[in-house]
Amino acid sequence: MTLSAPGPARNLPQYGALIAVLLANWLLFPDFFAIRLQDGRLFGSLIDVLNRGAPVALLAVGMTMVIATRGVDLSVGAVMAISGAIAATMTGAGWSLPAVLAASLAAGLLCGLWNGVLVAVLRIQPIIATLILMVAGRGIAQLVTEGQIVTFTSPALAFIGSGSFLTVPMPVVLTIVVLAVTALLVRATALGLMIEAVGVNRLSSAGAGVNTPVVLVAVYVWCGLCAAVAGLIVTADIRGADANNAGLWLELDAILAVVVGGTSLLGGRFGLVLSVVGALIIQAMNTGILLSGFKPEFNLIVKAGVLLVVLLLQSPTLTLFLPRPKGARPIGTVKPPVAPTSGGAKP
Amino acid sequence: MTASTAPPSAPLLAIRGLSKAFLGVQALDGVDFTLRHGEIHALLGENGAGKSTLIKTLTGVYQRDNGTVALEGREIAPRGVEEAQRLHIGTVYQEVNLLPNLSVAENLFLGRQPMRWGLVDRGAMRRRARAVLQPYGLSVDVTAPLGRFSVATQQIIAIARAVDMSAKVLILDEPTASLDAQEVAVLFKVMRTLRSRGIGIVFVTHFLDQVYEVCDSITVLRNGRLVGERRTADLPRLDLVAMMLGRELEAAAHRIDLGPAEVDSRPPLASFKGFGKARSVEPFDLDIRPGEVVALAGLLGSGRTETVRLVFGMDRADRGEATVDGRAVRLKGPRDAVRLGFGFCPEDRKKEGIVGELSVRENIILALQARQGWLKPIPRRRQEEIADRFIRLLDIRTPDAERPIQLLSGGNQQKALLARWLATEPRLLILDEPTRGIDVGAHAEIIRLIERLCADGMALLVVSSELEEIVAYSRRVVVLRDRRHVAELRGGEVSVERIVAAIASETPNVAGSGAEVRQ
Repeated sequence: MTLSAPGPARNLPQYGALIAVLLANWLLFPDFFAIRLQDGRLFGSLIDVLNRGAPVALLAVGMTMVIATRGVDLSVGAVMAISGAIAATMTGAGWSLPAVLAASLAAGLLCGLWNGVLVAVLRIQPIIATLILMVAGRGIAQLVTEGQIVTFTSPALAFIGSGSFLTVPMPVVLTIVVLAVTALLVRATALGLMIEAVGVNRLSSAGAGVNTPVVLVAVYVWCGLCAAVAGLIVTADIRGADANNAGLWLELDAILAVVVGGTSLLGGRFGLVLSVVGALIIQAMNTGILLSGFKPEFNLIVKAGVLLVVLLLQSPTLTLFLPRPKGARPIGTVKPPVAPTSGGAKP
Repeated sequence: MTASTAPPSAPLLAIRGLSKAFLGVQALDGVDFTLRHGEIHALLGENGAGKSTLIKTLTGVYQRDNGTVALEGREIAPRGVEEAQRLHIGTVYQEVNLLPNLSVAENLFLGRQPMRWGLVDRGAMRRRARAVLQPYGLSVDVTAPLGRFSVATQQIIAIARAVDMSAKVLILDEPTASLDAQEVAVLFKVMRTLRSRGIGIVFVTHFLDQVYEVCDSITVLRNGRLVGERRTADLPRLDLVAMMLGRELEAAAHRIDLGPAEVDSRPPLASFKGFGKARSVEPFDLDIRPGEVVALAGLLGSGRTETVRLVFGMDRADRGEATVDGRAVRLKGPRDAVRLGFGFCPEDRKKEGIVGELSVRENIILALQARQGWLKPIPRRRQEEIADRFIRLLDIRTPDAERPIQLLSGGNQQKALLARWLATEPRLLILDEPTRGIDVGAHAEIIRLIERLCADGMALLVVSSELEEIVAYSRRVVVLRDRRHVAELRGGEVSVERIVAAIASETPNVAGSGAEVRQ
């Protein structure tokens, strides 16, 4: 089973764009690919892209499956703030690391459950259902931090943000682990098929006996968990929780990463790895623009331009002009009709 | 066999040697088609014969590779539907492609609204809308949203729009597929009126009765080639079917003989007592025994579909009880039904049946996988085995099991849905209009399959508008009228006449149209 959307040709725009952006960075900044080992941890611009891209990549992993069910989760940025706020506050209050992690992840899980129930059981449109938590979530995070920016000094928690495992920065390690676990969960079971089926046609899937509410709740719960991990990383990195700004607008980057990765907002086929590639494209551009010394005013415009190109490459109208492996007409015409029988003949 | 009889004057529409290929597959190969003024001309063929391609080439959706199209002697080559419309070629599809949220008047004048001082003149639009609809005997509130009317009314409005936009050629692509008998009669009246005004109508349909009722000529395509053009009066049905299928057919549908005593003595597999739902179908009793085919007959909207949806749990019954193997069961949703060994091929294949973007393989294993649960995935190799077995068994025509099911023709989609349920080895299979919108060849195969399945001990509950079909394979027929089960015919009692009589009983005004129910 593949982790990405089927068809090698479909992956080309994403990988091509990533390579192009990295090459552009290299041209602007010849040391871009230089990697050095220092204090048992890798450093370099490329590592920076991976490290800084980790939160959005994590969000994109969860968001991919939500979008595959034809939904969207606008609350992930707020969920990051909640999980970060809980982690920082509890650490400040002297809780042990396992308890802190468990509580933060549980908060993400509960947030996902809330979204999932609104969408699957109460049948509220995903964009509205998750908008509720997007707005309320930041309020909850502020309640947790009592409106303060909570800082902490625990090296154990900070390790998640700035430590490394086998020379690889922890955020990158965590992203790889979450991606691998997610991929295993959806592709080694039948969950992936069911997510795609529900996304393409919820009625047909329910009619075939698929437990659509459970599938929907599951993807929102998983998305909440991914957001909680991302929130932990950001909080651990800055050694503090800023309920107002942690993860602000990152839901939009995550959605963009998924779309750049080729998963349709109309649901159906999804590619987890490609979504992470999408997140890396976005981050590589951010890093490149920073390195290039362009005026910050240009940053967003350059970013928009590159994204437009990637999306255009995937546009159905444009791909009409490219050679396609599949015809778009009924197959019955390809072979001669089969020998008919007497049963249905009408006098 | 090409019978392009030379017309006395320039025909309304003359297509000569039309060819169109897609990626090397010849969809149309040198096809001739002639439409005369004031003629209703049936365009027939199995799914994939090239009817759609012909129409789409004519209306400018596709550009032809070869051949000529002449309208009243003048060569035309429309490059889009709008241009075809300007060239006086109007098309009305099975699924009305107007906007249900706009009013009838707005739909009629969409894109050409009467204007006054740069604004839409609503008063004039309403007046003209009423005038346009008046010849069709349609007195509807033109300010009401289109979606509020029946499909038949919407279709007539779509026709009125096309004709009002100065259509000389009107293409009707399976307009009757979702209409009931009375609605078909109304549509035919409209078609005859248009014919008398000199408009040429191309009529695509799967219902042969309708061809004989309303058409003057018939052109048959097969595998992208012209088989022939005939006058309807000169072409017996059997010859027509043979032309469509490319071989001779035996006329008589044979009856399966299951000794009534043998089946009746079996304990019922599923039994429903006082089962019903408010505003859906009145409480009914229904027993289904292993190995028997029970058919539900009645006019459209009589409660047939509602009954099977309750049985499968697609809609939840609010009264009565269901027992399976003598034990009371809950039917709160399709999942309960699937666990009990039920399967259900719904009437609306696209909306409730197929999962379009997924492959044929995934569509086939979906119900089996859903029953096993997500934690026990069917190994890929096993999936392929299952898919390949059913593709062979049911002769599903697809290049391979990985093709997205939405790219298959309707009949093959239907067979893939059957495969989805057969893969679960169901005890009770429910088929709602299993042969609707399906070409004659697939039609015969599906009926043959139904017979084979019940010989294997599976019970079948079938809803069908095709009474002869019902008679051919059912041992028991439940007749519905006005959302109520009104009669049950068994064994030797089952005949088209008895069914029609049961449908028509007590309501003489329906009797006339009841007799027209697609015999």
